[in-house]
Amino acid sequence: MSVEIKAVEIKPLRNTFTNVAELIGGDKPASRYQEATLGNQATAHMHYRPTWEPEFELFDPRRSAIQMREWYDLRDPRQLYYSSWTIQRAKEQETQEANFDFVESRRLHLSLPPDVKKLAVDVLIPLRHAAWGANMNNNEFCSRAFSEVLISPAIMQAMDNLGIAQYLTRLGLILDEPEILDTAKKQWMDSPAWQPLRHMTEDTFVIRDFMEIFVAQNFVIDGLLYPLIYDRFVDDTLTSRGGSAIAMMTSFMPLWFGQSSKWVDGVIKVVVAESEHNKALITQWTTQWRNRTIAALTPIAAMAFGDHQQTMLDEVVEQFNARAKKLGMTV
Amino acid sequence: MDMNVSKKKLGIKERYAHMTRGLGWEPTYQPAEAVFPYDKYEGIKIHDWDKWVDPFRLTMDAYWKYQGEKDRKLYAVIEAFAQNNGHLNITDARYLSAIKLFWQGVSPLENYVVQGFARAGRHFRGEASRIACQMQAVDELRHYQTQTHSISNYNKYYNGFHSQRHMWDRVWYLSVPKSFGEDALSAGPFEFLIAISFSFEYVLTNLLFVPFMSGAAYNGDMSTVTFGFSAQSDESRHMTLGIEAIKFLLEQDPANVPIVQGWIDKWFWRGSKVLALVGMMMDYMLPKRVMSWKEAWEIYAEENGGALFRDLARYGIRPPKGWADACEAKNHISHQIWLLFYEYGGATAFHTWSPTNEELDWLSAKYPDSFDKYYRPRLEFLRDKHARGGRVYQTTLPALCTTCQIPLCFTEPGDPTKISHRETVHEGEKYVFCSGHCQEIFSNEPEKFVQSWLPVNQIYQGNCFNPDVDPTAPDFDPLKAVLEYFHYNLGRDNGDFEGSEDQQNFAKWRGQAGHN
Repeated sequence: MSVEIKAVEIKPLRNTFTNVAELIGGDKPASRYQEATLGNQATAHMHYRPTWEPEFELFDPRRSAIQMREWYDLRDPRQLYYSSWTIQRAKEQETQEANFDFVESRRLHLSLPPDVKKLAVDVLIPLRHAAWGANMNNNEFCSRAFSEVLISPAIMQAMDNLGIAQYLTRLGLILDEPEILDTAKKQWMDSPAWQPLRHMTEDTFVIRDFMEIFVAQNFVIDGLLYPLIYDRFVDDTLTSRGGSAIAMMTSFMPLWFGQSSKWVDGVIKVVVAESEHNKALITQWTTQWRNRTIAALTPIAAMAFGDHQQTMLDEVVEQFNARAKKLGMTV
Repeated sequence: MDMNVSKKKLGIKERYAHMTRGLGWEPTYQPAEAVFPYDKYEGIKIHDWDKWVDPFRLTMDAYWKYQGEKDRKLYAVIEAFAQNNGHLNITDARYLSAIKLFWQGVSPLENYVVQGFARAGRHFRGEASRIACQMQAVDELRHYQTQTHSISNYNKYYNGFHSQRHMWDRVWYLSVPKSFGEDALSAGPFEFLIAISFSFEYVLTNLLFVPFMSGAAYNGDMSTVTFGFSAQSDESRHMTLGIEAIKFLLEQDPANVPIVQGWIDKWFWRGSKVLALVGMMMDYMLPKRVMSWKEAWEIYAEENGGALFRDLARYGIRPPKGWADACEAKNHISHQIWLLFYEYGGATAFHTWSPTNEELDWLSAKYPDSFDKYYRPRLEFLRDKHARGGRVYQTTLPALCTTCQIPLCFTEPGDPTKISHRETVHEGEKYVFCSGHCQEIFSNEPEKFVQSWLPVNQIYQGNCFNPDVDPTAPDFDPLKAVLEYFHYNLGRDNGDFEGSEDQQNFAKWRGQAGHN
């Protein structure tokens, strides 16, 4: 059964903007995602060279060695634009907030086995700095990238990274006194276990090629760190030892990683398929940063998994390699 | 089990510090100069980034919550507007020219500064300042995208909206805001912040954003005004960032004061030129007017801006150099610009028209010192000419100011009958300016402004034709060829409002919706 309300119908003169029509195969009704992100990049008659980088034009695809005939092919399978992003995050934040409340109101954080709590604190709290590093990299990616179809998800990704760094901070503040954050920062700065990760993170800060930043941070580093830490460490190791409260308080992270991977895979797949040149570059970056990341995560895996560290790392790497293969690479 | 229940309660400020400043660190594996390569070359000295006062203590969880709520409401209205032919509720189809101007000339700037704020949000060394900039970056993305979605429905039914992207890079009058935005983006991060956050957001927002949104409210444009209300709290955050940024820079080192003063001089003047377009919109394009440009200038620039500069005097900052001239121009610029656009109405992607008698009387009342003496007679002359079948369309191209890129149409300070004109010879080339202030901006950075892509000069050089045209063909019409290069739908996007397709369709559709 259906009812139909009659409304005055006026035939539109056109369905969408010409910059969008050119990219969706003609003038037809366009989605909000398409109108928000397609064909919006300024491409001609730029007035002044940037004083901060006069070797490039203000908007310049040559800031990456990747070559695309059409940058707008690099669409986000999630089809996120600001509004859908912020509404979705608001919902997820509500769940996350409810989880924090649940843990605190039932005092679950106070009944954690002390060794589990210590382990969680040692492994998770310094990672707020790694999330901040990801935020820096995605801001850099956003500011250097070419075309709205990358710029728009880039700034949302950067804000997500900041949100994660702040969730980890809240986790620390719930688990212990605020000084715990200073202790974790000291570990990040000085403890031998954290130095390879910090070293690698700082090395990503000087990458200038925006697609390499994207690959290093969003594909490789996140692609190894999130499954290792949130699937294997938090959801498996800690939970099996009575630490499910930790999993509740970090439930946003694996959820977010699943979504962000859809975007990352969507972009990489198209870039790799575009040309042998692109494929070779993406493969090289992936291999290089994968090897660095494995080395950087090894001491953290030792802390997290003890005797099982190698198995855990191997599993995660195998899973990652399979993902790369699906995207058209041999790594 | 012994439970540790008496945990320290953190104050908001302390808690926020942990959520922001506490996240960063001094790099040691890479030199700080390599990680932050852009924050020294402008000469600004920062000794202690921790002195930055967080302008708004917003963490991401709260940000998502507030923004998500706002966007749910906003999109419900955009949806309802589209579903119920909300466009037929505007006061008059002439109003569409105001939104076309906003869409063509302002929305792309929102899009531009996303990258500028992301760059500042990455490259300042202080974490708190970075986060404030990042929030603005993602807010600006919001504004660009929500404007796109609000205006999408107008594009379906009316002309002039369809090729904003293509026009932005090419059309003569859009090089005014385009060069403004690119000037800011191509500057270092500190100048960018003073240009956009301070001069534009703090000093001038009330003269740009607010008039357009109030215009929408007065003229039944539910879609745009809902966006405006929804963006209001974002805009106040951006203003707070602007004032915080300038105080921080001024307090850090006395050597920063002259540099910042130079930027204030430059960006106030550049901003005031872009605002001439808003003045025209307020005085001529709104069927139901909110207030005159002169009144807006007196409240938001003279009163509020005056108080601001009195407040900044303690840092050694004086009002911008062009202040007195900009204040005098409040009696003139909206009329001068409208007359320019009216006469070049064949080359604008919005409609122009002759004001009605009632509207002329309103302008006479609002501008007692200038309108009847200088502008009313010209407007009446043009209207009479049009009535006799001779609508004036200028076809000779005007000279453009090398800095602000507005055609030379403004008059000398103190003499509203004389077009202001300046020239500088730089390395053997002659450059033209609309004012001494634009000339001085050029002289301070000639290496930058010699690069200006001036549409009129480019047209004369033959760089503004589509590749398939033959300028040597006997029937070659250069003006038509240029407008085609702009992607105008000739006769539909441009020309007088009287008789336009927009006028006819609006009348027809409103009739359909209101009668049987």
